[in-house]
Amino acid sequence: MATVMQRIVKPKTQAAKRALEVRAPKLEENDKVAMFIKGGHTSETITQVLKELYLLKKPNAISFKRKNIMRPFDDQSSIEFFSQKNDSSLFLFGSHSKKRPNNLVLGRLYDHHVLDMVELGVVNFRSMQDFPTEKIAMGTKPCLVFEGEAFEQDHEHRRLKNMLIDFFRGVKANNVRLQGLEHVLQFTALDGKVMVRSYKVLLKKSGSRTPRVELSEIGPALDLEVRRTRLASDDLYKKACKKPKKGKPKKVKNVKTDVFGAKMGRVHMERQDFSKLQTRKMKGLKRQAPGDTETAKKAKTESSELAES
Amino acid sequence: MATVEDVLESVTQKQASKYKTIEVQKDIEPQLDLGNLLTVDQNPLELKKFRADKEAYLKSQARDNTQLLFNAIWKLPTERVEEAICVKLPETTTVLPREKPIPKAKPPTRWEQYALLKGIQKRKKGRMVWDEESKEWRPRWGYKRANDDTKDWVIEVPGNADPNEDQFEKRMKAKKERIAKNELQRLRNIARATKSKVPGVGLTPTEKPSKEEVGLALHLAKKSTASLGKFTEKLPKEKEAKHVGKKRKFEPAIGDFKKEKEQQLNIINVMENKKPKLDITKAVNRVIIQQDQDASDERRKRGGKVKNRRGPPRKKGAGGFGKKGKAGKGKGQKGMGGKGKGKMGKGKGKGKGR
Repeated sequence: MATVMQRIVKPKTQAAKRALEVRAPKLEENDKVAMFIKGGHTSETITQVLKELYLLKKPNAISFKRKNIMRPFDDQSSIEFFSQKNDSSLFLFGSHSKKRPNNLVLGRLYDHHVLDMVELGVVNFRSMQDFPTEKIAMGTKPCLVFEGEAFEQDHEHRRLKNMLIDFFRGVKANNVRLQGLEHVLQFTALDGKVMVRSYKVLLKKSGSRTPRVELSEIGPALDLEVRRTRLASDDLYKKACKKPKKGKPKKVKNVKTDVFGAKMGRVHMERQDFSKLQTRKMKGLKRQAPGDTETAKKAKTESSELAES
Repeated sequence: MATVEDVLESVTQKQASKYKTIEVQKDIEPQLDLGNLLTVDQNPLELKKFRADKEAYLKSQARDNTQLLFNAIWKLPTERVEEAICVKLPETTTVLPREKPIPKAKPPTRWEQYALLKGIQKRKKGRMVWDEESKEWRPRWGYKRANDDTKDWVIEVPGNADPNEDQFEKRMKAKKERIAKNELQRLRNIARATKSKVPGVGLTPTEKPSKEEVGLALHLAKKSTASLGKFTEKLPKEKEAKHVGKKRKFEPAIGDFKKEKEQQLNIINVMENKKPKLDITKAVNRVIIQQDQDASDERRKRGGKVKNRRGPPRKKGAGGFGKKGKAGKGKGQKGMGGKGKGKMGKGKGKGKGR
């Protein structure tokens, strides 16, 4: 079906139609949402890692509360099901076992089918709480730094680099506030290990317009080792990377900004009779019918007579 | 005696030395993708420094690369958006895979094709229409519409109609029929767009089918038996219909000479073709896959609680590549037959998964 309205069962409410349109394939896609899933057995390290990376990825992230017993490398159907239900195309699955201690599976999906998966082992981990410095606001777009020759030379590392960019890049932005570039994520590849460090940017004065950059580590700090990988075949990857021909951008009607920068829109109403508006009911102010007032008067006189006598 | 210029120079020098430099020296220039705020540094890492103090080295590297990135960002054109200085980022250069496939343009419906052919333009109808009865503008459709015939409390019985017929019922039925017809046409358009089969005009249910439609339906019902209608008994007054069903189209006896020549040559080419109709490698692979599947099913049945059993049985997930027909095509695959595609994909997928 090309559009939502071309389905066999058309949506009956506007809300349903809008929900379907959000999930439908589009020329300009939504920002990718990531799922953070815990496996059958987890260690404290892994739960902490998942929690902190979830905070880094918020608000485009969903954290699963319960443990899910599944093995991503054996059976991808449960991940695909979750992706379908949550409309998300990235996932990070954490588990712990004797054979694979502190295991993380980083993966992404295309059209709700698994595209790439990389298994990483957490060798060293320092949580954000171990760094007593001031932190950054949630949802800041990070600057990404990749170091090491492996990220260019080794095929698996190249794909891993692509996945990390996809995962951590945040919202797609056309404009960036210069003061808002506060977060730096650094990935260094050395000896089959990938070191992840996270810093806050402090801009210092320099002689020129461009400031001097100073970093203060805020964490989390991870040392990962690359274990297994399941990468997509070249033609599937190429198909997923295909770019659509850019059409005309859709005009948004009725939105204007005033001098002060506030967003305005016009609501068109029909003529109303202001004396007959439906407002809040206040029982005391209710106008009584003439019959009622007479009975009330009678009751009053009777009671006053009784009182006198 | 110090001149004014000397003094100024010394002051600027002092100022310059007060601030740390923003210059960064790198052997290989890091690649910058400003759209994604990305820096890729390919310089080899200094292992000595790394082993001496890991964190300090990583921090210094990060600082240098971020400085380079910021230098590039500050060079971009700025604009003021609501009291903040913003920078307009260029397009991203890293190719990242999409989340969902590119939406396909829907093919034009039968009417749209005809309109295109005849050059008929779509005319936008206004929402409000003048209603003579209530002497005001009312919506063309929906709540409180103009010329609403469902609200009529009296309907004149036409001269030729049956006096016992309920005219109100008749109107409601006619409306329901129109809705059903519209729904059918919508579904037919969708089916045509997705190229799925739909029963032909004669078979779709109508209130009063014509004699030909009934005949066609009867003929098709007869033919759809296992023995193609040879042994179904005829109704008492049924005449055997001739020329029912699709007419075969033949090319004219003396038509396009070029086309005829091409067709004949194609036939000869197919006959001369050295490729056998049966691709032996494919057939052998299919047998092997089938045997593997049977063996694994047996193992599963037998060893329910054995230690060595590997997780849940392998479903299409393992051969997920097989779902995408093109992914099944790898290198060294010659001439895929239409039937072989699906299973071959699965086979390839399994091979890779192991």
